[in-house]
Amino acid sequence: MSLENFAIMRHELLLTAAFLIILVGEIFTAEDKKGKLRGFAVILFALVTAAGFLPGVEGSLFGDMFRADRTTLLMKNILNIGTLIVLIQSYTWLGKPENIDRTSEYFMLLISTLIGMNFMISSGHFIMFYLGLELATIPLAALAAFERYRNNSAEAGIKLILSSSLSSGILLFGLSMIYGTTGSLYFTEIAVRATAMPLTVMGFIFFFAGMAFKMSLVPFHLWTADVYEGAPVNITSFLSVISKGAAAFIFVIVLFTVFPVIIQTWERIIWIIAVLTMTIGNLFAIRQKNMKRFLAFSSIAQAGFFLLGFIGGNELGMTTVIYYALIYIFSNLAAFGVVAAISNQTGKESMDEYNGLYRTNPGLSLVMMIALFSLAGIPPVAGFFGKFFLFMAAAEKEYYLLVTIAVLNTIIGLYYYLLVVKAMFINKNEDPIARFRSDNMTKLGLAICIAGIVITGFASGIFEMIRNMSYGI
Amino acid sequence: MNILSWLVIIPLLTVTGILFLKDTRKVKLVSAIGMSVQLIVSAVVVYMYLTARKAGNMDEMLFVSSFEWFRTLHIYYTVGVDGVSVAMIALTAVVVFAGIFASWEMEDLRKEFFISLILLATGVFGFFISLDLFTMFLFYEVAVIPMFLLIGIWGSGPKEYSAMKLTLMLMGGSALLMVGLIGIYFNSAPDGGPFTFNILEISKITIPIAAQRIFFPLTFVGFGVLGALFPFHTWSPDGHASAPTAVSMLHAGVLMKLGGYGAFRVAMFLMPEAANEMAWIFIILTTISVVYGAFGAIVQKDLKYINAYSSVSHCGLVLFAVLMMNQHALGGAILQMISHGLMTALFFALIGMIYGRTHTRMIHEMGGLMKVIPFLSVIYVMAGLASLGLPGFSGFVAEMTIFFGAFQHPDLFHRVATIVAVTSIVITAVYILRVVAILLLGPIKDHHFDNLADAKWFERLSVVALLAGIIYIGMAPLGLATMIKDSLMPIVDKLL
Repeated sequence: MSLENFAIMRHELLLTAAFLIILVGEIFTAEDKKGKLRGFAVILFALVTAAGFLPGVEGSLFGDMFRADRTTLLMKNILNIGTLIVLIQSYTWLGKPENIDRTSEYFMLLISTLIGMNFMISSGHFIMFYLGLELATIPLAALAAFERYRNNSAEAGIKLILSSSLSSGILLFGLSMIYGTTGSLYFTEIAVRATAMPLTVMGFIFFFAGMAFKMSLVPFHLWTADVYEGAPVNITSFLSVISKGAAAFIFVIVLFTVFPVIIQTWERIIWIIAVLTMTIGNLFAIRQKNMKRFLAFSSIAQAGFFLLGFIGGNELGMTTVIYYALIYIFSNLAAFGVVAAISNQTGKESMDEYNGLYRTNPGLSLVMMIALFSLAGIPPVAGFFGKFFLFMAAAEKEYYLLVTIAVLNTIIGLYYYLLVVKAMFINKNEDPIARFRSDNMTKLGLAICIAGIVITGFASGIFEMIRNMSYGI
Repeated sequence: MNILSWLVIIPLLTVTGILFLKDTRKVKLVSAIGMSVQLIVSAVVVYMYLTARKAGNMDEMLFVSSFEWFRTLHIYYTVGVDGVSVAMIALTAVVVFAGIFASWEMEDLRKEFFISLILLATGVFGFFISLDLFTMFLFYEVAVIPMFLLIGIWGSGPKEYSAMKLTLMLMGGSALLMVGLIGIYFNSAPDGGPFTFNILEISKITIPIAAQRIFFPLTFVGFGVLGALFPFHTWSPDGHASAPTAVSMLHAGVLMKLGGYGAFRVAMFLMPEAANEMAWIFIILTTISVVYGAFGAIVQKDLKYINAYSSVSHCGLVLFAVLMMNQHALGGAILQMISHGLMTALFFALIGMIYGRTHTRMIHEMGGLMKVIPFLSVIYVMAGLASLGLPGFSGFVAEMTIFFGAFQHPDLFHRVATIVAVTSIVITAVYILRVVAILLLGPIKDHHFDNLADAKWFERLSVVALLAGIIYIGMAPLGLATMIKDSLMPIVDKLL
């Protein structure tokens, strides 16, 4: 391997280096100075994120099992940004006495998950893809059970690992069928050799089911709410944003590059799954009273909107999937950031307890409102642009009925997002959450999110850059 | 910088100014200054427009300027005005100006109130100057969403229910609209070439009729919801009744006009063939709106509900006139938008002021107000007379032109519809005179009302600004009517 080959795997190697540095740092940090480690790790990760934006090298490694091009670089950078925000937001929570001695553990688990996702995005072979998938999943289960002294955190971990292994099993079964019909697991070779024969389609459907678990699409979403509710807030936000975004990225790559031959099959499947996911996610979200469960179901519905970008197999579709993922990262992390700040400070997580929040904590309420408006797709924040362009991507291929169902779903979505706004701004409360000052790291995390929400929409340059790096079938 | 962009920038600057204001007592001062500047700029726009036309500039749109926004999607920030949009801008500026003074005594969360109110106004101004469907839609939603907080926080009665109902119904309309606009976009280049959202460019091509048949109803209903098209008008009475004074003024006076304006500028102008085909359905619906709204107003006991139903009737008349598709009726529609905008804003302002004194809006609990608050009462009577179409006020000019135009259609269907709609004039007279009789005349029913104070300076400023507009249009309608008529030519040409 020459030096240039290292550059192709830059993101993965940098993350691995960060992982090792934190491991070594843990050994050499005195017991009473563990708190300092988190600041160090956040700065380290910020450096890694920044390094990701250096001009990239395209190419492939290990006999085409690992590929890097402009699109994968972009996707990895987006995931890095999101993870950085999650790390900043976890800073306060990690400072709690029960977590402080496990700081490095948290960072290492999170980074290894991210490494797995990066390998998945860059994979050119289904074995590599599967390795990445497992590397991304298993540490996540450990993270979900991070507060193991709480029953539902442990439960979340178990639920996540069990449902993931089931979905991995289904996915592997599908891959074996695809191998049986095409004789290869290389993406490029499958794309050439695959035909629309029943066994291939069957294999694809199993593969689809496995991916649908990861993206928590209906009807494979049942694990989502419990895991989201049980896991610590910051892990929930990671699960709902980074994990989902990564799954969407990989899915769009695989659909567009590996399975263009059977587009007629997957278009129909995606049509139905998209309608189900949006509608059911939305309808269940209406009933939720716990903010984490509420955001869990809202994120299921959001996953349905992603599918509108997949369905046409067009360049605009891939652009909007990546673009919307970026917006979704900022918006959802802002919402989770507020939930985390309130939960850390007061332990309150129920929507009723948010009543009258604006009168005591106007800043947090405003951030929450902007985030929810962005999720609902209200201008002038970025979510509006993301949704509008997603709908355009589907409309370009004349899926007008699907677009109509989707816009009607945005109205249902708007309803429950407004319920939260109503609770914070309009409802009266005898005993509101007391005024508190968030620490600087929480503020920084929220400020990054809000800046992202505002800028990503108006600055058309970001959209154009993503469009430059996208491709259709 | 283009003069039109200032119409968006000034409100935004005002909002920013309020945001960084430490002293909440100065909030209304800053708002008033900002909106006065806005009024002056609007007047300058009208003046510049008239001068340019007089100088012989016969372009379809004036002061056009365009910035590339999303390059690969051909989305531009494009602004430009014709006579119709200039008139709407002037209306908006007057109503917003009056609205600020009508809420002079707002106490609770003052900063937030004025910010939301001015943001709403920003959306409305942006909507009227936009020539690009994407930007237009963006401003449209910006204008709608602050309503939720404005009604929910500062409203009265079942405000949470009303706020949610209004927001969801209007956003539902805009959701349909979004599909319609995207559909227009992807049919904007039937001969190949790049798609576009630019209204002027789309108006030069013919959208395939199959596409028109799908997207015309979506777009028309989408705008129609905001224009209180039957049966999508139900948000309007609840919303108006629960909203605080200034919000009712702005909403009934200006925001509902977005519906009528969009219906002809976008739906009918861009898809004339389908509009001709389907007009009959919507004519029936709007005729129902006109008559039903008027009858609804008769049976109401709450002043705001009366006026809200009356708005349904009058805004129905706007859409009715638009669908008649000839120059007279369309011109009348625009006049009616402006006339109703001023009138209804005046009504809501007066109702707010009366409510502020008597603390009730039930007409049967009041009486003889003419004796204690003569200034407000006289203005109320004048607004009422304008509303029922007395010559000398703007309502007469507008309704006369509409029915004159509508009756020009020689066929039975249009004539019957016109005759049915005309009856609303009589019904309007019934509910207006009934309110005047119960509310203002007769003995003073409640002795708490004996010593009410008449209008203060800011209240007088607010209502006089609006009344001046009504009388001006009523006495000298020719200037406005000519300005509108000239600009309607390209639209009428396309429709016939």
